[in-house]
Amino acid sequence: MSTAEAAPPMIRASAVNKHFGDLHVLKDINIEVPRGQVVIVLGPSGSGKSTLCRAINRLEPIDSGEIAIDGKPLPAEGKALAALRADVGMVFQQFNLFAHKTILDNVTLGPVKVRKQSQADARKTAMELLERVGIANQAAKYPAQLSGGQQQRAAIARALAMKPKVMLFDEPTSALDPEMVQEVLDTMIGLADEGMTMVVVSHEMGFARRAAHRVLFMSDGEIVEDADPDEFFTAPKSERAKDFLSKILTH
Amino acid sequence: MNVIIENFPLYVDGLLRTLQICAYGFVGSLVLGTILGAFRVSPVAPLRWVGTAWVTVFRNCPLTIVLFFCAFGLPEVGINGLYFWFGVTGLVLYTSAFVCEAVRSGINSVSPGQAEAARAVGLNFGQSLSSVIMPQAVRTVIPPLGSVIIAMIKNSAIVGAFGVGGDLFAVGQGLASAQGKAALPVLTGVALGYLVITIPGGLLLGILERKVAIAR
Repeated sequence: MSTAEAAPPMIRASAVNKHFGDLHVLKDINIEVPRGQVVIVLGPSGSGKSTLCRAINRLEPIDSGEIAIDGKPLPAEGKALAALRADVGMVFQQFNLFAHKTILDNVTLGPVKVRKQSQADARKTAMELLERVGIANQAAKYPAQLSGGQQQRAAIARALAMKPKVMLFDEPTSALDPEMVQEVLDTMIGLADEGMTMVVVSHEMGFARRAAHRVLFMSDGEIVEDADPDEFFTAPKSERAKDFLSKILTH
Repeated sequence: MNVIIENFPLYVDGLLRTLQICAYGFVGSLVLGTILGAFRVSPVAPLRWVGTAWVTVFRNCPLTIVLFFCAFGLPEVGINGLYFWFGVTGLVLYTSAFVCEAVRSGINSVSPGQAEAARAVGLNFGQSLSSVIMPQAVRTVIPPLGSVIIAMIKNSAIVGAFGVGGDLFAVGQGLASAQGKAALPVLTGVALGYLVITIPGGLLLGILERKVAIAR
């Protein structure tokens, strides 16, 4: 298997377990996400999907097992972990833009502090990214002055400014008003089309059908199904997945 | 009240001495307290222990005892110097514990999502603290910090009583006991002296609070 050695999977989780007190939230998770793949993680609330997403850049430490990004196992706390996180973009449900900084400064903070870019270079790249997500005219405003959809697109630009190898999306559209969901999804579809490796925790069927290469269905801390999106939505194998789909597709 | 007017230059000297103690105390306890506050939320356990131990000891001991240990304990272990500096040291050790707690409460008031986003971008602990958390914590820290600083200014009277000499409280003491003037008028002068420092101090804090509230 020399090809596998030459190009390790972008994300590899082996035998990952995690507990919150008595609750076993991740049960022996094994996954490999190859470069360029877009994975959507589905499941009922409390199934562990957000925890899995957050474990990939160690915002949640795991109890046992190993997670590796691009062949490099996640370090414990410290400089090495910070360096690895810089390569993994993360988009949160609540956007989490830095409230005291303008949109432009939100995007340039990481490149200046972590990548040691000059202010001028960072600003140039940031404006290009803001242009790309369609909010360049909001650059001088503070996060609270923007709509949810604009804030989330700013958050995507902030993550992209670090030139990440992987992008993680933890329910990126769940906190948005319905009319703002599409603008965020369009931005994500654009990224997927460019070949970004993405792990997306979301119930957006439109996105799953349009951009995802693979569906992971989680329930009670386990990956119950690992399937092609078409296959999963038309012919789910497990009872739990059928039950879940019947609930989210009826309305 | 003639005693105040007759001894006005003495009072002014005392006021300046008190201001001097307070200025050193303010800078020292602010710097030390902020460092300790950072210790208390640090991912490194031994630093957290140092912070917690510091607060436990200095917040729970009377200032008089802390000053005793500085004035008489430090020379025992071979540290010699002016009583003025022992007094300032005691005041800083004591006040920094309160500053630390005010800073920590401010840090805790910032939503955890801000720290997560900072870490996700790749900032290390120090960078997250200085670029993301502290600038937002300042808003909530100023009111409790103001109370701590005003308490420190008043506590400087105890430092004066320890024989730093020449501060406002010592001036009052000197006039009342050494020169046998009537205590109440003398102390009224002392009280006015402290108010001259603390009331403008409080107003200044109010202005500062409004400034950072707008700059968001």
